[in-house]
Amino acid sequence: MKITLNNRPEEFVGEEISVSEMLKIKKFTYRMRLVKINGKLIKKDEYDKTLIKDGDDVQMLYLMSGG
Amino acid sequence: MRFDDIRTRLSGYTVGIAGAGGLGSNCAVALARTGVGCLVIADYDIVEAGNLNRQYFFLQQIGMKKVEALRDNLLGINTEIKVDIFDAELNRDNIPGIFEKCDIIVEAFDRADMKEMLAETVLSTWPDRYLILGSGLAGYGKNNELRQRNVGARLIVCGDENSETSEAHPPLAPRVGIVANMQANAVLEILLNKL
Repeated sequence: MKITLNNRPEEFVGEEISVSEMLKIKKFTYRMRLVKINGKLIKKDEYDKTLIKDGDDVQMLYLMSGG
Repeated sequence: MRFDDIRTRLSGYTVGIAGAGGLGSNCAVALARTGVGCLVIADYDIVEAGNLNRQYFFLQQIGMKKVEALRDNLLGINTEIKVDIFDAELNRDNIPGIFEKCDIIVEAFDRADMKEMLAETVLSTWPDRYLILGSGLAGYGKNNELRQRNVGARLIVCGDENSETSEAHPPLAPRVGIVANMQANAVLEILLNKL
């Protein structure tokens, strides 16, 4: 399936993957982050059950300490 | 647009600033100088000597509440604006009330978990409100890595999204000030072009 991840095209094997699986595959290991799918915020406790599907627009951003 | 027109236009808006440290104090100063009508600033901390390496406070303000010291400094720059302060530690319960009347909210925390908490709370309380995050500003140099990224139409992140502060990579005045001013600049762009 093909999605847009942070404004770039990205391809994954299979029809759909969970947010948790996507983060693992992409090695997005840093814990403080925001994930949005098609503009909707996905909360942390929903990462396992929320599925990313073909054509989705996924945004992931890290919140680094410092200010 | 002439400065008088810009100032008149900005005078009708309210901007919330979550945190009065390096990002918040410097961002607030830029917005006060430009003439944003009302600033709502929340922080529970006091000014310490170690803050003066990057935050907009002065030696004689050590020991003061940050929000009170910052209000003094802002009104010392521009008496035309209104500054509403909240001496409170922000959390999921008080954020909706404190920032209710704000047209835009600027995230200006130090700790990553607080940034995440604020972003989650703001985005779930007001899905359509503009939120400007600061992420990645540790160390020095690397001017070109500091940038703005628009994550959808109303969520903006300023910083390099990479450098985390630590003992070896402290937050320093130039990069903190740059990101704080990028956040202020993003506020102006929204208020003058979009709202």
